[in-house]
This record gives sequence, structure tokens and C-alpha cells, in this order.
Amino acid sequence: MKRKPQPWTPAALAALLRETQQLAALDLPSWDMLIRLARRANVLGLLAATAERLPADALPPCCRGHIAAGRALAARQARAVRWEIECLRKALDTIGVSLVLLKGAAYLAADLPFARGRFFSDVDILVPRSRIAEVEATLMRHGWATTHHDAYDQRYYRQWMHELPPMRHLRRGTVVDVHHRILPLTARYDPDPATMLEQAVPVAGLPGVFVLSPADMLLHSATHLYHEGELTHGFRDLLDLDGLFRHFSHNDPGFLTKLHARAATLHLQAPLAFARHQCARLLGTPAVSTTADTPRPLVDALYDHALRPLHPALDSPCSGFARWLLYVRAHWLRMPPHLLAWHLGRKALMRWRQSDFPS
Amino acid sequence: MPLGTLSFETLASRLAQGRLGLRTGPFTFRIASKEAVVAENLRLLYAHHPVTDNPPFADFHVAVVRPSSLRRWLRPQVDFRLDGYAPFLSLPAPQAFALLEWGMNWCIANHAHQYLLLHAAVLARGDDAVLLPAPPGAGKSTLCAYLAHRGWRLLSDELALIDPASGRVFGLARPINLKNAAIDVIRDSLPEAVLNTPVPDTKKGTVAHLAPPAGAVAEVDRPARLRWIVTPRYRADGELYTERIPRPEALAMLIDNAFNYDVLGTTAFTALADLVSHAPALDLCYARLDEAGEWFQALKA
Repeated sequence: MKRKPQPWTPAALAALLRETQQLAALDLPSWDMLIRLARRANVLGLLAATAERLPADALPPCCRGHIAAGRALAARQARAVRWEIECLRKALDTIGVSLVLLKGAAYLAADLPFARGRFFSDVDILVPRSRIAEVEATLMRHGWATTHHDAYDQRYYRQWMHELPPMRHLRRGTVVDVHHRILPLTARYDPDPATMLEQAVPVAGLPGVFVLSPADMLLHSATHLYHEGELTHGFRDLLDLDGLFRHFSHNDPGFLTKLHARAATLHLQAPLAFARHQCARLLGTPAVSTTADTPRPLVDALYDHALRPLHPALDSPCSGFARWLLYVRAHWLRMPPHLLAWHLGRKALMRWRQSDFPS
Repeated sequence: MPLGTLSFETLASRLAQGRLGLRTGPFTFRIASKEAVVAENLRLLYAHHPVTDNPPFADFHVAVVRPSSLRRWLRPQVDFRLDGYAPFLSLPAPQAFALLEWGMNWCIANHAHQYLLLHAAVLARGDDAVLLPAPPGAGKSTLCAYLAHRGWRLLSDELALIDPASGRVFGLARPINLKNAAIDVIRDSLPEAVLNTPVPDTKKGTVAHLAPPAGAVAEVDRPARLRWIVTPRYRADGELYTERIPRPEALAMLIDNAFNYDVLGTTAFTALADLVSHAPALDLCYARLDEAGEWFQALKA
């Protein structure tokens, strides 16, 4: 009997990353594509964490090496991030600032089950805006240094952005993103991070380390994806949101109600509606009713291209254009039109100057 | 089916359609390229390697393709891609095959963390293997090419794949990359060796590739146990001499030569500590290949 070829929709891929039974039933060509997509989407570690739960002989022999490699990489990254968390905590301790972790580092510290095996690019933290100069100086004393040396980039971050320019540790090469706001200072809405800091919860077993409250954690994740222009990790970030929805509503039946109330307080209804809509539409996330949403077929069509793994096998001729439009949209949300025109113009000029023309 | 049995036309058309599955050691590469120089070199240098048409599973799907820039009309260039991702800058089109070789190394070094990966050559006699880690320019590949034609079985010229659980080393039996003066040295001392046309002006100077001996390809799936660690150093003159490398130094040197020491952490440390505890490490200075060959022949397990 000829098997139906696997449709590589985000939902199908997400289910394979989550459910061992589906993995056990895969044929070899499907494994071939799954490993390629997982590698490109930076989720091979999640696949390895799920495949681990199967008996070893349930995997075709040719896949076992890739699963072992994904497991090794994920373990290495988790080790490195734990070490980084401890170093950051010690550094911030010297000035009495609590370490509040965001995104991946927070999921790892809080040991959220959906994020086991997740890969990291950097560690994100949130500090009070009033302490930002002290935090930067302290991190510099402890070996982190700013990365963007171009005067324009420095001004871009310091005047307009919600975070310091990324800081890289001189010896370890690890990067920390120090946030002091949830969104850029120039964005249309500007949720107050102070109440998020107030409601941060301590992490069991890691004294002095905090993560955002469940509702805030999800809202922060949603806000980021909603404002993200370069969606290189779009699929993984969508999986995070799906995991957060599932995990918190499973633990607390009243979670969604609290979440909506909190979004109203912080003026983050739009990102939340976006997160619910894309999760329900693309991943079939349960418990995120989206009946009240107004249909936005164009935006949905764009996100169809941007929120799946960047793999040539999944691309259509308009994928590049769709991603570019979303890049512009994110900037549109991020800054007022005159700044936007100036910034994009400047970026284009820099790119043109740097492009290596045949000499 | 060995690659050499395909006609050039069949090979070129399978490559153009991206259907060629090439097996080298534990990995299957699925290769796509329309560059004639890629097909010609694969045919010359991978003649004994097994190939499949349209394999259901491949470890790495790679392509050597022209980037879509205006420059393709002026001075054609090629990109190496793994699943659409290009880890290197474009290179001039005549370097397409060298780029494929470097790209294949990159795939393994960056993804195959099921192995402890060392930047080293590996040769075996029966099931006893010698590891040749060496900094670039020390003459590792030259010596490796020589030994691979003088009684030793080539496992790998660039990458030692060590299974951390068993300590066994796996081979790839891929072409040996020779640079600059080494090309003439090997032409003179190994007249029977199969070499491709050298490509000038690469970032490593002039490079050529030498086909792995047929026997090495036939036995590539036979792993070996590392018995010796030898760091070869070519000196223009003087007597051959060796010096024992103390274990802590040998361990530090292997850690320096590992691609994924940081990924495997404790597992890598344990595997390497175990290796230096049972395999003596020696520094070998030599002026003549035949002298070095005799010295290797006299090694005792």
C-alpha cells in the first residue's frame, strides 16, 4: 500500500515534535524530511527530547545518530545557560538587582516541560529602567562588553529600543540581552514593565532567580512574536506560545480569564489576540477560542510563509516577499513613520556600501 | 553500486536533479549540482564509493549551485548549501568541487555530535589505528597520503569520528586534500596515486585531491581502535627523531583539536582521557617520507 506523503504543515510538524506515537509510525522518507526541517527550524533538540521517550529500536538506525546529536546539543546549551544564569545572578547581586529571566532562559529555569530540548541563542533578562546604567556597568565589570560598535547602532538601541545593545561575554562568547521595557520606546503602545517585575515569581531551587508570572510570560512571548521583523526563529517562537498556552491552561483552568484581564491592564490585547489566532490557526492549539477575531486574510497569508521553517522544500516563489513585508510591518509597529523611513533608508544605504562589488 | 560504474551522463543527470546519494563511512550525502567540474571530480575521486539513486534517507542534503546574482554573467561563482543554508561565502566556479569537499567536512563537524570529532587523520593496520592530529601546514595530509599507499588503511584525512561509548574510531575514506608543494611531493613519491587537476588561487593556495585507495573504501565500515597518537612535523633536513609527549600535554592537544569538545563536555573529556591513558603520544620529526614510512611500519601495538 502506498502511504500518503506527510503534509509538512506547521501543525503536522509540531505534532511530530510532541507525540511519540506519531514518530514511531513514520516511514524513512518522512524521517529524512523531518530531520532536515527540524535542523533548519532549530528544533532538533525538541525532536530528540520526544524521540528519547521511545524505545531505542523504535527509531530507524539511520536516524539515531541525528537524535543523539540533537540531544547532545540541547544538553550542552542547557548546561551553558544554567551557568550563565548563575554568573548573571552573582553579578546583579552586587548591586541588589534581582535576576528576572525572559523567554528561553526562563522556560529552562522554570523547567517548563514543553521547552525540554529547546535551543537558545542568548539569555534575555528584564531589569528596572531606573537601574539600567548600573546594570550595564556591573555587567561590564563582570566581563560582558557591548557588541554594536557603530555609533548609529548604539544610538538606535539607546534612544529607541527597549533593550541595551546585546552584551557579549569576553571569554565565554555568550550573549545577554538586557531589556528594560517590553517594547521599543518608540512603539505605539508601551506596557509598563514595572508591574511585570513586581509580579515576577521566584524559581524553586534557584535562589535569587525570578521568571515572569504565567500570564506575563505568555504576554511577553506573544508581544515579541507580534513585533518580530526577522522571523528566523518564527516557527520555534510559535511553538513556545503553543506550549505556554497548553501548559498554563492545563495547570490552571482559570488561566485564560486571568490572561485576558492582564492583557487589558497592560494594553496588550492586540499581541494576545494575534498569538491566540496564529496558534489556533497554524498549530490547532486547544483552549484558545478565537471566534471573536476579525478575519485578516492578507496578514494570515504572510504569516503562513514566515511561521514555518525556512526550508527551500517549503518555500514558494513569494515566500521571500512575504517575509520582507512582515519585516516592514514590524518596523511600522515599532516606530513612527518618519523614524521608520529614516531607519530603513539608513539600513539600505549601509547594506549597499558594504556589498562587495567586483573590484 | 560503485559510483565509477555510472556513465558520466547518468552521473551528471542525477547530480543535476539532486538524486545522487553518495555513501561515505557512516554518512549518506545527497548531492545536487549542475557543475560539470563536480561530476568529473566525483567520478575520478569517489569511483569506488557506493551510490544510490534517489535514496529514501540521507544524512545531509547538500548542493553546489550558482547564486542568483548579476555576477554570474561576469565571473561565475558557486555556493555550498545544506538545506538551503549557505555557511560560506561564494567561491569562483572552478573551485566548485573543493567547495563541496569543504562543505561536506563542515556538515559532519557541525552536526555529527553523536561522535567526538577530532581534526586529525586516521590510518589503520588491521584493527589498530594511529591518530595524526596536527596543525595546518605540518605535513599531516602529505604523510597521510603516503602511508595510505604504503601498507596503511586510510580511515580519514581530516576528521576522526570517535564513538564516545566504545572508544572505536570510524572512517570516511574520502579524498585527501593536498596543498601547494605537497602536490608535487606526492606526484613524485606516489606515481600510482590518482590526483585531480590542481585548482589554483583558493583561500588555501593551490589545492588538489587524491583519491582514497580502493581497499580503504571497501573496508570503510570496519572501525578500528586507536593505539598510537603521532603528531608529524616535516623538517627540510636532519635525522628522524621522536619525542614522547607527556599525557597531560597530549590531552590538552587533543582537546584543542576537537571540533565538539564543548558540546560533549564530560563525555568528551572522559573519552580523550581514556585515549591518552592507553595510546602513547609521540612527536615525530622527519625529513623524508620513506624514512617516516619505515618508522610507522615498526610501530608495535
